[in-house]
Amino acid sequence: MLLEVGEQLVKADQRGHADDLSQFEHVRRKHIGRYFAAAVVLVMALWIIRAFAHGQIEWSVSWQYLTARTVLFGLGNTVLLAVLAMLLGIVLGVIVAIMRFSASPIINWAALAYVWLFRGVPSLLQLLLWFNLALVFPTIGIPGLFEWRTVDLMTPFFAALLGLGINQGAYTSEVVRAGLLSVEDGQYEAASAIGMHRLQALRRIILPQAMRVILPPIGNEFIGMVKWTSLASVIQFSEVMYASESIYYVNNRVIELLFVAAFWYLIVVTVLSFLQGRLERYFARGAGRASQSR
Amino acid sequence: MNPILKAIDVRKSYGSFEALKGIDLEINRGEVLCLIGPSGSGKSTFLRCINQLEIINGGALWINGELVGYRRVGQKLYELSEREIARQRLATGMVFQRFNLFPHKTALQNVIEGPAQVLKVERRQAEAAGRELLDRVGLAQKCDAYPIELSGGQQQRVAIARALAMKPALMLFDEPTSALDPELVGEVLAVMRDLARSGMTMVVVTHELGFAREVANRVLFMDHGLVVESGPPEQILGSPTHARTREFISAVLS
Ligand SMILES: Nc1ncnc2c1ncn2[C@@H]1O[C@H](COP(=O)(O)OP(=O)(O)O)[C@@H](O)[C@H]1O
Ligand SMILES: [Mg+2]
Repeated sequence: MLLEVGEQLVKADQRGHADDLSQFEHVRRKHIGRYFAAAVVLVMALWIIRAFAHGQIEWSVSWQYLTARTVLFGLGNTVLLAVLAMLLGIVLGVIVAIMRFSASPIINWAALAYVWLFRGVPSLLQLLLWFNLALVFPTIGIPGLFEWRTVDLMTPFFAALLGLGINQGAYTSEVVRAGLLSVEDGQYEAASAIGMHRLQALRRIILPQAMRVILPPIGNEFIGMVKWTSLASVIQFSEVMYASESIYYVNNRVIELLFVAAFWYLIVVTVLSFLQGRLERYFARGAGRASQSR
Repeated sequence: MNPILKAIDVRKSYGSFEALKGIDLEINRGEVLCLIGPSGSGKSTFLRCINQLEIINGGALWINGELVGYRRVGQKLYELSEREIARQRLATGMVFQRFNLFPHKTALQNVIEGPAQVLKVERRQAEAAGRELLDRVGLAQKCDAYPIELSGGQQQRVAIARALAMKPALMLFDEPTSALDPELVGEVLAVMRDLARSGMTMVVVTHELGFAREVANRVLFMDHGLVVESGPPEQILGSPTHARTREFISAVLS
C-alpha cells in the first residue's frame, strides 16, 4: 500500500507534478472481513429479537406492570438501598484504607481482619446473619440506660443495609488503598511543608488525586451493588425484585415480570454510568491530556 | 540577635547507615547559605530534618529559639503532637527538586491552599495575596493554569510562590534547578536572587556554583554526612583548603 503510494509519487514527480497527495484520486481500502462480521451480528440480533417477539411472552402484561405501584415502590426501595449501602461501603472503605496506613500494628491488624472476614463470607449469608442478629444479641444498647429489642431494630431494610454496606466496605477499602498508593510521596511532603496535618493533607491533597484511580472501580462496584440489592428479597425487603416476585406469585406471569425488573435495573445502571462519567471528568482536572480528552 | 536556625550535633541514621554524623550550624536573619557537596552526602537529609520531614536521632535543632520537635519540661523532652509539628513547620518554607505542585489545583489554587486551609485567611484576601506573589515570580498571566500546562521553570516558580505564601522565616531549597532543562535554570535563579536581595533567610542546596558565588553569604561543603568546610563563597569556591572540596568543585565546573 505504502509502496504503491510511493511509486505513484515517484511517477508523479517524473511527470513533473509537485509531491502533493491531494491531487490523486483516493481509493479506500476494502474491509471485507468487517462487512462479513457485521452481517453475522445483525442476523443474530434479528434472530434473538424474533425469538422474544414470537415467544410465549405477553409484552402487553410487561408493559402494564412496568409502572405498577408495587413495582415503582420497589424501584424506589432498590435505589434507596443501593445508594445508602454504597455510601456506607465507601465511608467504611475510606476509614479502613486509612487504617491500613497506620503505624499502629493493632489498627492495621483490625483493618486486615475486617477485610478478611467480610470479603470471605458470602453476602447472602451476611444478610441473613444480620437479619437474625436477635438470636445472638436479644437487645442492643447500654444496659440500664437505653435498650432496644434487636428484632424491632433489625427491619429487613436495616439488615440489608448493614449486610450489603459492610460487605461493600471490605472491597472498597482495597480500591481506596490502591488509589492512595497511586499518589506520590512528594504530594504528602509538599502538603506537610505548607503546614497541613495528616487529615488535612488526606482530604485536600491526597484523596482528590486518588479519586482518579478510585472512581472507575467504585463505579463498577456501585453498579454491582444495584444488583446485589436483589438479595434483600430473601429477607422480605420489598425492592424491585421482591415486588416482581410478589406479583407473579399471584398472576403467574413469571417471565413478563422478570422483564419488568430487568428493565428497571438497566435504567438505574444506565443513569449511574452516566453520572460516573461526569464525576470522572471532574476529578481528571489537571491530570493530563489522556484523561481530559474524554 | 538570636540565630534563626541553630543546629548542634544533628545526627540522622537510616537503620545502621548514618546519613548525618553531627552537623553544627547557625544561620542569622537575612543570611543566604549555600550547601554544596557530592550526591549522597546528606544535604537533602539535613533540609528534611530542619522541617521535620525526617526526625533526628541525635543532637538538637532550634528555629527562632524554639526547640524543633520536642517540648522541654525540666529534664524531660516531650514529643510534640502532629498538630504542633505542623505549626512549627510554618516557620520554614520548602522548595523541592521535583516541584511537587498539587496537580489537581491551578497555579493560584496551589499558592492559596496553605493560607486558606492552614492559616484560615479569608478567601478574597488570600487570592489577592496569591496573585501578588505569582506576579512577583513573573507568572501573573498563569494564575489559572494547571501545573501540567506549565514548563518546569514556571512550575518551580509557582512552588516558590506557594512556599512564600506562608510567610516563612526561613526558606529551604533542595536543588531547585536540578530537574530543569538548562535554558530554564536562569529564570528560577533570578527569582531566588530577588528573594535573597529582599532579605529572606535562605538555605539553598545547589550545584549552581555561579549562583552561590554571587548570592551566598556563606558556602558549606558537605561530604559523608559531615560539614567539611564552610566560609565566604570566595574562599570555599576560590581557594578551598580541603582536597575533597577542591575535587568536588573541579568536578562540578568541568
Ligand atoms: N529514606 C532513606 N532510607 C535510607 N537511606 C536514605 C534515605 N534517605 C536518604 N538516604 C541515604 O542517606 C544519604 C544521604 O542522602 P541525601 O541527603 O539525599 O543526599 P544528598 O541530598 O546530599 O544527595 C544517602 O546515602 C542516601 O542513600
Ligand atoms: Mg538531595
